[in-house]
Amino acid sequence: MSLLENPDPLVLYGTSFPSRLLLGTAQYPSPEVLRQAVEISGPSFLTVSLRRQAAGHNEIGGQSFWDLLSTLKIPFLPNTAGCHTPEEVWTTAQMAREVFETPWIKLELIGDDYTLQPDTLEMVGVAERLLQDGFKVLPYCTEDLVLCRRLVDIGCEAIMPWAAPIGTGRGALNPYALRLLRERLSVPMLIDAGIGRPSHACEVMEWGFDGVLLNTAVAKAADPIRLAGAFKKAIEAGREAFLGGTMTQRETAEASTPILGTPFWHQNPS
Amino acid sequence: MEITINQTPFKLPQGASIVEAIEAFGAEPPYAIALNLTFVHRQRYSETILTQGDALEIVQPVAGG
Repeated sequence: MSLLENPDPLVLYGTSFPSRLLLGTAQYPSPEVLRQAVEISGPSFLTVSLRRQAAGHNEIGGQSFWDLLSTLKIPFLPNTAGCHTPEEVWTTAQMAREVFETPWIKLELIGDDYTLQPDTLEMVGVAERLLQDGFKVLPYCTEDLVLCRRLVDIGCEAIMPWAAPIGTGRGALNPYALRLLRERLSVPMLIDAGIGRPSHACEVMEWGFDGVLLNTAVAKAADPIRLAGAFKKAIEAGREAFLGGTMTQRETAEASTPILGTPFWHQNPS
Repeated sequence: MEITINQTPFKLPQGASIVEAIEAFGAEPPYAIALNLTFVHRQRYSETILTQGDALEIVQPVAGG
């Protein structure tokens, strides 16, 4: 869907995007599957990364990957995946800005290798440094309310809390905290990491989150292209449900068909 | 003088710049460079003179999540 056709675009740092889905480019069975997954899901961003170039041969990226990315004509969102210190983030972000020619950066600062949990203590400082240097920072963070508020306070115009650890596909592990976060902060919030099924994506969109960033859930599906399409529909459905307002849950049954005029009502002599 | 490029040792003449290191490595564009963990803008490659023990990182676009 183009921006002209979409009356409800995703707005990040003042820029409107036609889709609320952001798609990672890693782990697909083949470049052609990635291309078709992008085509069917129409994401607003493609996440990409940087790794060491190997002398003589470059199987994991390089020119062929660059050529594929160029044909897709989707904005890049470089990440700082694998960075464990603010200095590594700072240097990686600058290299990414030069290579991908974009100010957008997905700030990843890992604090624990086992869970890939973001370093919540160091993240705010490096986010502020990046913002001051002109980056449009999308920080991958936890659902901690105080951390997220600090990120907003220093100028992040959008944040990306996780649903669950990267690659687990478990869906929102802490619905209470995520819903509270949505209630307390008004900036755009994209759920990044931990989504496994379209129903997970739909659920967080129903809660009012503004978008979803996916990679493993699509790339590692049995049929990535079909799942890319399914996630697109789920995210759109969840957004529509949020805007429409879902009904309030009740504890007891209440007939939806009118009682008045029910045939045979009270006709039994007993 | 010996430096490392992506953790591989390379011998370069004294006074060599990043341009000579790129040629020795055979880097293929697109790429970006950090010297001793500090980003070096591409416009500064020729003026950045390397010294013994320097660690150069040459990175390229790859898939990411």
